Amino acid sequence: MLSPVILLPAILNGLMTGAIYALVALGLTLIYGVLHIINFAHGALLTAAMFAAFFAYTLLGLDPYLAVFVLAPLFFVAGYALQRFVIGPAAHGEDRNFLLVTLGLAVLIENALLYFFRADTRTIDLPYAFNVIELGPAFIAVPRIVAFVTVIVVALALWAIMQWTDTGKAIRAVAREKLGAELCGINVTHIFAITFGLGTACVAVAACLLIPTYYVNPTAGEAFVLIAFTVVVLGGMGSVAGALIGGLCVGVIESLSSVFFGESLGQIGIFASFIVTLLVRPSGLFGARA
Amino acid sequence: MKTYLSIIVVVALLAAVPMVTTSNVVLNFLVTALLIALAGQGWNLLGGYGGQYSFGHAAFFGTAAYATAILQVRYGLNAWVGSFIGMAAGALVGAVIGALTFRSGLRGSYFSLVTLAFAEVLRIIASVAPITGAGVGTLIPLDLHARAFQFQSRTPFYFIALALVAVSLTVIRAIENSRFGAYLVAVRENEDAASALGVDAFSVKLCAITISAAITAAAGCFYAQYFLFIDAGIAYGPWISIDALLAPIVGGAGTVFGPLLGALAIKTLGETTKLIAADAPGLDLMFYGLLLVGIVGLAPRGIAGLSRAISRPRRSSISTPDGSRG
Repeated sequence: MLSPVILLPAILNGLMTGAIYALVALGLTLIYGVLHIINFAHGALLTAAMFAAFFAYTLLGLDPYLAVFVLAPLFFVAGYALQRFVIGPAAHGEDRNFLLVTLGLAVLIENALLYFFRADTRTIDLPYAFNVIELGPAFIAVPRIVAFVTVIVVALALWAIMQWTDTGKAIRAVAREKLGAELCGINVTHIFAITFGLGTACVAVAACLLIPTYYVNPTAGEAFVLIAFTVVVLGGMGSVAGALIGGLCVGVIESLSSVFFGESLGQIGIFASFIVTLLVRPSGLFGARA
Repeated sequence: MKTYLSIIVVVALLAAVPMVTTSNVVLNFLVTALLIALAGQGWNLLGGYGGQYSFGHAAFFGTAAYATAILQVRYGLNAWVGSFIGMAAGALVGAVIGALTFRSGLRGSYFSLVTLAFAEVLRIIASVAPITGAGVGTLIPLDLHARAFQFQSRTPFYFIALALVAVSLTVIRAIENSRFGAYLVAVRENEDAASALGVDAFSVKLCAITISAAITAAAGCFYAQYFLFIDAGIAYGPWISIDALLAPIVGGAGTVFGPLLGALAIKTLGETTKLIAADAPGLDLMFYGLLLVGIVGLAPRGIAGLSRAISRPRRSSISTPDGSRG
């Protein structure tokens, strides 16, 4: 049972899945860290991005790994506009209204997709989707390795943006002390929208990485976001490094508990470890402040 | 008596509906609205008065529904007795979740997400455990007798749902006027300050989540008897957690009539959009989402807040420059 021939592939595959969780969580944690809202529309946006990547391939023949360079900026703009012109004004700066507005948007987006594209589950066939690389006893699909590497690159890029650019500094300032940042001349509304845009762009990248090996239907994004919530809390809300490491951990936990408890109980491990973490260390692995 | 007058009037008005019409469509609509109002009233106590936003009231709803169904189907227990045990089971789950989360000091979004996780764990367990019927679900056999909590027509169901809502309204009004209610609101407004003044925040919140769970659990028992079928997605699915929080927030969280008002509003909204959209899949919910965003944009304090703003116009909070959070 505990043979490394079974465990090693399980762990490696878990890391690959975890990378996608991490990327979805990265967007979520960024938005939470700055706007202090739980974005319920995240899953619907992920689904929308998956549809976009799907149609980019089927209609335009654009490979998902190239489409990412179009979709990520596109979704950045969409996210920016959404926060600046819809969510922000409609929420009047109240927590529960953010919750309702993003919930309403999620319902709206998901059902618009359902209305236009029906409930069919779609997949794309890429010539390289089933190529594998042999790593000791494990066979890892090439698209998963691409996904893993891309997520690491995106996370590093995001970290660099936050660390060194003026916009990144402004984002961190707003996250820490909104009023103070505003008094220093930072346009908080603009920074909020930028952050929301960055979070949405993360989702677009995740969609392009998912589509070669995953399916898309109007509710495809939901499963990821529920897990991304747990990743965000595990890693500490608002922490970029936490989201990355939390995502990888969750992927491995899911994969291992599938090995031990069977496929249908695989996600029990995630939520159980989530609850235990919260009870023992509520601020998460990397959360500095509660 | 005066404090309960409004409740008596509202309940009496609703009780008169079957005298006007016994149409199944109307009664079915009202029964489901009352069901949501009841589940929402549970949420309202914890979320509206206590400020603890739960995303996982499905945990209480589902536990009660399953307990009611399983006790009847597998242990041959009477449905009424089963429903009371179901309610108690829901309250127990509430107490356990409350004890665990409040003991470790989880607040705000953390509390919301951990309740969501608890509901998800229960949903996954229920979808594989043999006792719940796993993926197939549990079907309560048809036995149309009052002693089995099943009725031929919808009218008795309507009165039972109305009675449950009336009790919940009374309980919430009583809590509102009690010392406990004042503690609860104090905890919502500022937990640290409340603690400093000697309020035992932990017990207050624990008590609130237990009562809250019991009320939502009652809705779960009623659901099981009304529809006679549950599975993991119905019992523990996100739909009930969302409806339970949507109704009070739309109606006005932290007000006695908020959940009832909100439940009627969102059910009407849902049915209207269904009529407009006819049978195009997704179109009705598309309108629903759009209207939800629009309503929040126009009436940020719920229906109750809107009527207050109309009767007593004051400077609106729409343009708070710092966008301060409530």
